[in-house]
Parts: sequence; structure tokens; C-alpha cells
Amino acid sequence: MTATATPEAPALARATRTSSLLRVRELGIAVLIAVVFVVATLKNSAFAHPHSIQQLLTGAAIIALLGVGETLVIVTRNVDLSVGSVVGISAYIVGMTFRDHPSMPVAFGFVLGILVGAVIGALNGVIVTVLRVPSLVVTLAGLYIIRGIDGLIVHGVTIDPGSIPNGFQAVGYKTVLGVPWLFLVVAVVVAVVGYAMRSYRAARDLYAIGSNPEAAELAGIPTVRRVFSAFLISGALAGLAGALFLALHAQVDVTAGSGYELLVIAAVVVGGVAIFGGSGTVFGAALAALLLNTINQALVSSRVSAFWTDAIAGALLLAAIAFDRWLSLRVARSLTSAEGAHRDV
Amino acid sequence: MSETATTPAASRPAATPPAGPSYTGVDTSRQPVWRGLLRWEAALVVVLIAVLVFGSVESDTFLSSTTFFFTGLNMGEIAIMALPLLLIVMIGEIDLSVASMLGLAGAVMGTLYEHGTPIALAMLAALVVGAAGGSLMGLLVARTGLPSIAVTIGGLTLFRGIAEIILPNPTAKTFPTGLANLGVLPIPGTQLAWSAGCFIVLAIVTAIVLHATPLGRSLIAIGLQPEAAEFSGIRVKRITFWLYVLSGVVCAFAGILFTLKNSSASYGAGSGLELTVVAIVLFGGVSIFGGRGTVLGVVLSVLIVGALQQALTQIQVPAEVQNIITGALLLISVVVPNAADTVSRLRARARRTSAEPARA
Repeated sequence: MTATATPEAPALARATRTSSLLRVRELGIAVLIAVVFVVATLKNSAFAHPHSIQQLLTGAAIIALLGVGETLVIVTRNVDLSVGSVVGISAYIVGMTFRDHPSMPVAFGFVLGILVGAVIGALNGVIVTVLRVPSLVVTLAGLYIIRGIDGLIVHGVTIDPGSIPNGFQAVGYKTVLGVPWLFLVVAVVVAVVGYAMRSYRAARDLYAIGSNPEAAELAGIPTVRRVFSAFLISGALAGLAGALFLALHAQVDVTAGSGYELLVIAAVVVGGVAIFGGSGTVFGAALAALLLNTINQALVSSRVSAFWTDAIAGALLLAAIAFDRWLSLRVARSLTSAEGAHRDV
Repeated sequence: MSETATTPAASRPAATPPAGPSYTGVDTSRQPVWRGLLRWEAALVVVLIAVLVFGSVESDTFLSSTTFFFTGLNMGEIAIMALPLLLIVMIGEIDLSVASMLGLAGAVMGTLYEHGTPIALAMLAALVVGAAGGSLMGLLVARTGLPSIAVTIGGLTLFRGIAEIILPNPTAKTFPTGLANLGVLPIPGTQLAWSAGCFIVLAIVTAIVLHATPLGRSLIAIGLQPEAAEFSGIRVKRITFWLYVLSGVVCAFAGILFTLKNSSASYGAGSGLELTVVAIVLFGGVSIFGGRGTVLGVVLSVLIVGALQQALTQIQVPAEVQNIITGALLLISVVVPNAADTVSRLRARARRTSAEPARA
């Protein structure tokens, strides 16, 4: 797997160029969301109903949250395939704890979810960084192991809404001034992480590591600690997503969150995060999650057969990455003179 | 096997995140790599024997022809899909669309047959669709240089989605008896399921191509160092493209077998199997970074997973535990070979920090 041969030309100029491009990327996604929204509303005016918009935001929240953690990991040129399983096991453990200890404060539910995820994230991180095992393999194995442990804990017993405190479920459906709680929680996480990724040195290190691991190491960046942190945060956010999953659905069985890993990666990639690391923002990933959900809902509300949604999502994903490639090639061409005509695959 | 031994040292750490200051890497990475390769297949043989012993001790019915037949029946399609994936991983790429292609091919074949197309034509159409889907993936990966993991996740969703559109409900029409029997009866005179038989033939062909032809050597070369391979005259893009086409066709073929086995096509067939196939290939000792791996390793990996599944099912271990064991095996398969490296690296670091160049 080779990295794209980007011109080493004026670093500063490139940085501003890239960041403006990224902004264009997020703008592009926002415009697409608007277009899909308008078209869907024209076809069925109920789509613009506040309740339907609330559903759009709520429906995208969990994938968007997972997308934030996944972005941190992918930016360092790694990948975390275990997030779907983490959502499942965290949702079940929190639900089980509520069932067995109905008096547990609501906030503890979220803390517990985050803890479960953080432990798994830490394990992933240690194996990847200390043993230097490719993250794809580690987290793929994690996907199976966690799902298996989840199955043992679940043992065929579904957690039902009756055992989840109302205060906890409220996070899944209550709104503040018309804005769903679930969306607010995720928006805060996106904003905080997004700001940190722009402004804090430790977070910028993640980009450096993803762009060129060797150079980052030689530049004195504590790569092991940073990559470990990325996995830790990704796990913790997936744990939080599990708790939110429980609040939203108020029901968990062994299939909760299965298959999410690929949905999340799809959102992250559509959101403009380079799969080989070094670039991309959590805003893009979160917006892309919203876009994919908007498209799904639009297809449903326009009475397009639900069978079309997967095909369209797949085609869109391919179009998005192809467009991305075309864009970066254009930029590269405009930046290099004919001299740097290196093979570029 | 000696073929692999002569492979230029595939230094695994090179592609992983920073291998630390290079002078520590030199003495640890060169030689043990090919020795490690031999050791890996040997280790798989040991694991296989252990599984067989475990199975026969725990279950009276384990060492029987029925077990053998069902192992083949269960693993056949997965094993077949693992072969083209092995070649793709060898060049440092990946294909996550394999299981969706299996589903799509089944859906194409099922729909056409249900609408009165002769079965032979329906099967041919499924293979053509496999080639078309594979060439789309290949085009995007090879010509535009897009990351294969992203492209094939797109393919995964797209193919499954198309299958869903053309075949919303499972087919009801029964397939011709002769063909449907292929899915439930062994090859006459043996206890080998037809899909397992196909796997064996394909595995032999793949082994010859990979380990004994210039094409196979160039796959390894691409995986080790794509730039160098390109400069040495290997048509990297063309080979990449055709590997994806091959993968599409072979997965479509697996889809046909899968459909016959279930005597019905449904769009969801094999969904989620992509990660199982990847796990099998990686457990077989194939490096995710390309350039290192053998058909023998993959075959052993298939046998281990299949036998273990049978053994655990026969002693009624729940499916959840089987998941855990699959994952643990996969993890061990990458952790153990790396553990030696890690130890020597940590040792080297300890030496450096104590600023004492004493050599052991």
C-alpha cells in the first residue's frame, strides 16, 4: 500500500491550499445534503416537517459519533474495525446493569458505556503500538472476539424497554427547543474534537504520523503514545455510542451495532478523510454521516423502494472517492511543474 | 515450498509504522523472515493436528466421513473466495466486496432462472456479472489509483444493493434436480462436497500460478515494492485490474455454488462473509502489506477453521465461543510472529538507554 506521492513543494502554501480544499469538501457535502433535502421535500412535503428533521438528526447521530473516533484512527494511517462490536457490547452491558440495578443514576449509564469502550480501545491500542501488529488485523480479530463475548453475556436474553429508566431513554427521544438531545451530545463531541484537531499540538501530531510515520518518529513525535490515544478515544466514543444506542432503541440483543464498522468507514471516506492517513476532518465525517442518513430517509419518504438505498449509497461512496481523487490530482498537477512527473499510484 | 524460501526477504516491519532507528532493524529482519515463513506453515500443520486430535478425543463422531463431507460443504464457497483474495492481498491490495458479489451472482442467476431463462444461461449471466463487477473494482483501483479498501467497501454496498433490487424476495422455483444435488451430495465415489472439489482444483491452479510462474513472481514483486516492480517492467496496473476481474468471476462462481447448495437464491446470501474470508487469508500467514504468503498457508487455514468449526459444533460449543476462538486465532497468528521482533526491539532499546554497547 503506497502513499500518494504528493509534491514536497512549499509546505505552507500547500497546507493552506489543502485546508481550503477540505473546507470545500465539507461545503460540498453540506450542499449535497441541502439538495437531497429540497428534492425530497418537493416530492413529499412531510419530509420538511420538524419531526422528520429531528429524525434525520437523531438517525445520523450514532454513526457520526463513531465517525469522529474512526477519523482520529484513520488519520494516523490505521483503522478500527471493532467499533460495531463495541457498540453492541457496551449497549448490552449498560442495559444489563440498569436491569439489575434499577436505581443506578442515569449519568452512570453513560460513564459505564464509555469505560467499557475505553478498555477495549486501550487493548486495541496496546496491541497495535507495542506489538506492532497491523491494526486492520487486530481490530478484525477484535470484532469477532468482542461479538463472541457479547453473545456469551447476552445468552439469548434481550434487554427490553421496561428495564431501562425513563430518564435514560429520554436522551434518545427528548428535545431541547426542538433539537434532539442525542444530536446535541454528538454535536458537542464533534465540535470539541474538531476544534482540538485544528488547534492542539497533540492532535496535529496525528496528522503528521499519518502523513509519514518515519518522519514523525524522527521529528520526535511520541508516535506510540499518540496512536494509542487515538485507539483509546475511538473505543471510548464507540462505548458512548453504545450507551446512546441503548437510549435510542431502549432494546438490545446480540445483533446491536453489527455491520456498523463498514458504515462508519463509508461515512468517514465520503467525508473526505484519506484512508491512508494524514488528512481529513471530523466535521467532514460527521456531515457525511448526516448525508448518508438523509439520502436513506429521502428514498424512504419518496416511496422509492427501500431496496434501492444500499445500491445508491454504494454508488455514492464510489463517486465520492473518485471525485476526491480527481480533485487531489488536479491540485497536485497545478502545484508541480512538469519536473516532478513521478508515477503516482 | 522452496519457492517461497528464495523470496527476497520480505521485511514485514518496513511497511508497519516506524520501525524505530533502522540499525536495530537490520540484524533482526533479514534472515528470520524466510525462516519465519517456513515456521508459519509448520505451525499451522501443528495447529491442524491439534484440532484433529482435540476433535476426535472430544467427539466420537468427529473422525468420520460425514464430518469430512460437512466441512467441505460448509467451507467450500468461503475457501474458493479466499483464493483470488490471496492474490489480491499478495499485491498489497484488498477486496471487501467478495461476499456481496457472491450474493449478487446468486440473485442474477435466481431471477433469470425464475423468469424462464435456461439454467445454463442464467449461470453464465452470473459469471458475466461477476466479471463486470470485478472490472469496475479493478478499473477504480488500478486506473485511478484509489485505495482498494475504500473502493471495495463501495462495491460491497453497491453489489448487495443491486442484488436487493433485482431479487427482493428469495426465489421459490426449484432448480433442476441434477444441479441442486451438487449442493447436497458429494462427488460420486468420494466424501468430497462439490464445492470443496472445486476449491481443490482452483487451489492447485493458484499454487502453480503463484509459486511457479513468472506472473506469480511478479505478484510478489508488486507486493514487496510496487515502484520497483513497475520499473522492472511489470505491468502493475494491468495485473491489478485483472486480479479484480478474476476475483469477481470466482466469487460469482462461489455464488452459483452457494445458491445451488441452498436450492434458493436470496439477495442476503453470504452477507458478512467478507470479513471471514479476510480472516482466513490472514490466518494463513499472508501479510496484509503484500508480498508474503502461500497457497499452502491458506489451504491449511481453511482446514483448521473448518475442522475446528465441526469439532466445536459437535461438542455443542455455542456459536459465540466459536467467534471468540476465530478471533483469537487470528490475533495469535499476527502477535506471535511479531512477539520475537518486539522482544528484540525492546531489548535493543534497553541497551541504548543504558548507553552500553555490550553485545550478547
